[in-house]
Amino acid sequence: MPGSVHSQDPQDQSMVDVEQPQEELVLDERRILVLPGSSDTAASFQFEGEGHTMGNALRYAIMKNPAVEFCGYTIPHPSDAKMHLRIQTTDSTTALDALKKGFQDLMDLCDVVTEKFTVARDQFNEENSSKMQS
Amino acid sequence: MAPLVPSQGELQRRRLIGINAETVTNIPSTDFPGHWPGESHGWALDKFKNDFKVDYHRNDPYEASFSLIGLDAAVANAFRRILMAEIPTLAIETVYVHNNTSVIQDEVLAQRLGLIPLKGSVEGINWMHWEQKSTGDEASAAPELTDFNTVVMHLVVECTKNPDAAEDETDARKLFHNAHVYAKHLTFEPVGRQEQYFVGEGAIRPVNPDILIAKMRPGQQIEMELHCVKGIGADHAKFSPVATASYRLLPDIHIQRPIIGNDAKKFAKCFPKGVIGLEPVTSQEASQAGSGYEGHAGEMKAVVKDAFNDTVSRECLRHEEFQGKVKLGRVRDHFIFNIESSGQFESDTLFLEAVKVLKLKCARWKRGLDDLMA
Repeated sequence: MPGSVHSQDPQDQSMVDVEQPQEELVLDERRILVLPGSSDTAASFQFEGEGHTMGNALRYAIMKNPAVEFCGYTIPHPSDAKMHLRIQTTDSTTALDALKKGFQDLMDLCDVVTEKFTVARDQFNEENSSKMQS
Repeated sequence: MAPLVPSQGELQRRRLIGINAETVTNIPSTDFPGHWPGESHGWALDKFKNDFKVDYHRNDPYEASFSLIGLDAAVANAFRRILMAEIPTLAIETVYVHNNTSVIQDEVLAQRLGLIPLKGSVEGINWMHWEQKSTGDEASAAPELTDFNTVVMHLVVECTKNPDAAEDETDARKLFHNAHVYAKHLTFEPVGRQEQYFVGEGAIRPVNPDILIAKMRPGQQIEMELHCVKGIGADHAKFSPVATASYRLLPDIHIQRPIIGNDAKKFAKCFPKGVIGLEPVTSQEASQAGSGYEGHAGEMKAVVKDAFNDTVSRECLRHEEFQGKVKLGRVRDHFIFNIESSGQFESDTLFLEAVKVLKLKCARWKRGLDDLMA
């Protein structure tokens, strides 16, 4: 009998067909799943209702983390509103922590953008109103 | 080992995307840990705070233009996408047709009405709730209509003959009353707490009163009730708060070898007005050996005046005489945003709103993760 295409090696989990998603979490009717075949340092997450907007920004934030060896995202099918995010890290952290740090970094970034944008706009408005008066 | 620090020249080279006659080079960002040996590129909030810059170019209610400098394309694109598709706005969603004897069909009329941009008290619109549309599950019934999720408007118009019109009048607008139905015919009816928010100037009304909705002839009439709700652009384009939201990268023109005399004039003509200027070659430059200006003192040379307005048409790369003398590029992390509001919110507020939406999304998913780990 020819060998199965699926490795019997327990280490090689990512290629195994698994029917049931492992964990599920309801969150405003939208869910994060940890896709089957994950370990501490390498995991794929499925985000329901997200697309390139969050996917690419999050991928950037996570790739900025030195403890992350690989991060990538995909939208497996254009008619399913689902985004898959793959994270592989070194032993110094876990994929879940890297994901959390990614969110945190993106939030910090947003704060800086808001702050600097507001300052620049107010300054511009001030200069322009004084220009109009003079 | 202390991290290597690349030279300024090297950093500037990395910031530029090459625009060549037929190709685009040096496209992906490389500022990630592990890309350049010995250099750290890890996320550092302080560094970002230091490097990030906003330049404002224009700030009108319906059009804003500004530069975000020091951002990655992934984040800039997220802001742009959120602006177009994920900021809730108010638009006509349900139309109850009580009577419509005009020639335009109910469903066509309803579709036209939905696309009319509305405005009103921003405070009031922010106070209203946005409810995610039910996905068609039987269990999730339509939400109850309340003052904080539905705005009621009416369109009641009847076309009649104008007895005062001149006999030889041919213009239907003078011959009849209400021959043309415009957006200004929409009437707003506040309900409950809406009476506090949408008063006076804050009343819900179309942004442009002169949008033509339908045409009628005497004896025809339209009588309908319109329910406006909040929604997002991802669901329907009528909910998109912007007419356009786009960015472009700052163009970069580098003249590598002198372009002098008639060539300089021709070179300037390859670009939009004001991008390339002509300056006389100084005697100092002309006396400098190897500068390429020797013996050309007083002649005109081409200089880059304002690359901001360039369209990067690449016209200059098509001419033999400029071969190897000019290098075109775009600055990778300089995004020139242009946001045109459709009128419900001001353009600058919309951008701030987009940043807020991205932050909220992150916060919500992160909270979900905390639960996942617990």
